[in-house]
Amino acid sequence: MNSAMFIQHMLNSLTLGSLYALVAIGYTMVYGILRLINFAHSEMFMLGAYFVFWGITLGQLPWPVAMALAIAVTASLGVLVDQVAYRPLRDAPRISALISSIGVSFFLQNVAIVFFQAIPREVYRPQWLEDPIITHGVRILPLTLFVPFLSLLFMLVLLWIVYRTKAGLGMRAISKDIETSYLMGVPVNRIIALTFGIGTALAAASGIMWALRYPQLQPMMGTIPGFKAFIAAVFGGIGSIPGAVIGGLALGFIEIMTVAFFPDLAGYRDAFAFVLLIMVLMFKPTGLMGERLEDKV
Amino acid sequence: MRKMMLLCLALVFAFANTAFSAEETIKIGVFLPLTGQNAFGGQLELEGVQLAAKENPTVLGKKVELFVVDNKSDKVESANAVKRLIEKEKVQAIIGTYGSSLAMAGGEVSEKAGIPQVGTSCTNPLVTQGKKYIFRVCFIDPYQGAGAATYAFKTLGLKKAAMLVDVANDYSVGLSKYFNKSFTKLGGQVVSTLNYQSGDQDFTAQLTKIISEKPDVLFIPSYFAEGAIIMKQAKELGATFKIMGGDAMDNPKITDIGGSAVEGFVHTTFPYDPSMKNMTPMAKKFTEGWMKQYPGKEPNVNAALGYDAYMIILDAITRAGKADPESIAKALAATKGFQGVTGATSINETHDAEKPVGLVIIKDGKKVYEGEITPDL
Repeated sequence: MNSAMFIQHMLNSLTLGSLYALVAIGYTMVYGILRLINFAHSEMFMLGAYFVFWGITLGQLPWPVAMALAIAVTASLGVLVDQVAYRPLRDAPRISALISSIGVSFFLQNVAIVFFQAIPREVYRPQWLEDPIITHGVRILPLTLFVPFLSLLFMLVLLWIVYRTKAGLGMRAISKDIETSYLMGVPVNRIIALTFGIGTALAAASGIMWALRYPQLQPMMGTIPGFKAFIAAVFGGIGSIPGAVIGGLALGFIEIMTVAFFPDLAGYRDAFAFVLLIMVLMFKPTGLMGERLEDKV
Repeated sequence: MRKMMLLCLALVFAFANTAFSAEETIKIGVFLPLTGQNAFGGQLELEGVQLAAKENPTVLGKKVELFVVDNKSDKVESANAVKRLIEKEKVQAIIGTYGSSLAMAGGEVSEKAGIPQVGTSCTNPLVTQGKKYIFRVCFIDPYQGAGAATYAFKTLGLKKAAMLVDVANDYSVGLSKYFNKSFTKLGGQVVSTLNYQSGDQDFTAQLTKIISEKPDVLFIPSYFAEGAIIMKQAKELGATFKIMGGDAMDNPKITDIGGSAVEGFVHTTFPYDPSMKNMTPMAKKFTEGWMKQYPGKEPNVNAALGYDAYMIILDAITRAGKADPESIAKALAATKGFQGVTGATSINETHDAEKPVGLVIIKDGKKVYEGEITPDL
């Protein structure tokens, strides 16, 4: 393997890893505050990507407008799902909300099959994203530079919200003890709605980025990225925002490098990657960043 | 009490209905993937079957009745669908399906029940192997793989090949094996074979490795949706080699999803395409009938195979002079030179269709039918 090829593999890992990180941030944030694994995250991811598609093809909107609108619509949908499917279960055992989120996930998937049909659809990509930059035998996609930046930006914004704003104070209070937060006059339902709004907006943004990288839409497109991102979040320490970024990058890196160094294992790279992850979790059961309580939002 | 009475009434009607229809009609079951991963191909095949049934509603003076069941692109559902067709609907023959693994799951049930089943686009040899009642109107993968290898090596003069294979898919694994065998036998060299798994969307690691091996041609025996994404990533990574694929790439959507990345892509297919220059009268009739039935929708080879599957069963019933499953199976096995939309079809001793291999090339964002090739076996 020459150095250009190695750098190419590194860049490929960075693109894939930062996409996983982007999905994982939203996952981990909702978990960190509500202790709820929101399986419907994958479907919000899918809906975000589809809304951009409809905005451009049906609404004839310019690309940035369609994107902003899609994120806003998906975020409101996330708040709505919270109101309908999770809020009535706030006092129920945690497992009930988990099952409810699985239900929402299947429901949205099937609704998408009915209304969007199962036919894969094309994705519009602006020209400046199409042409790679070529230097020293290495090809860099504009998205390769853009997505890691976006992941870092979202991470910092989220940390700021959680640690530097009043709403963030509420979020941290809720994550410690929801009952006491009620008593202390924290507007619990409003804060939780906000949490879902932000989480879902992140899901939509990551779905849109994913669709730009792998330009194809289908109703099941969120399942595997969502699953991988969940693993990445656990690997990084679920509940920890920087952990999600590190976990996502690590997973992307392991997946690509497995194929790069052991090409014969390419078809089984998931198995290989997960064996490594399990080994890490055996030594650090709370994940890479999950041990210190302060890190949990 | 009222519930009981209603139930009795329903039962009486149900029985009366079956007794009545068993006398009057010939029942043909259809099981295809109408939802799930393979829905797009399954839907087209169903529309092909329905068009054929609409144009030819009777045989031996009896009305033909179609029973359609969705196998949901799932192996277990596939077996259930066939079971339902045989046990509940009591069909005399079955059409289906798109997807070799689905056909195999359903075929086990038909074989046991002794009901003839005609596959549409299931190309893995195992589908009909050792089966008495299973047939198909498509050619098989060894034949198709050899066709692709012959075209790459002889027509295009490409000597070094690489392959990217879905290890979780019988069709993909099978077809890559046959391409490899024929290409090596012709004198070519397969320099690199890399795998992935259905559902993967990132192929950059595999493609970076393949590009470093500098092959002349990359063979991707995948489905069109994945294939389009693979080609896009290959172009982004700077691949300049020829890319080829099999019949599962034959889908009008491939140019929408792949865009400029699929330009020059060649795939083998069954000898029918709306863009072909010298259409047989049968192909012309089918294309015109389709345009009338489904205006604004382009016919494709899956639709043509669905059409052929229905017609070959009707042909067998006509030759047998009766419509019990046993006679239909016997007549199907004896099919010689049946004029279908996808060329003259004979059923050989392994129950596979013998017909030429078609080639499609993508030029200026459009599928162009190149012609047929007889593979060097």
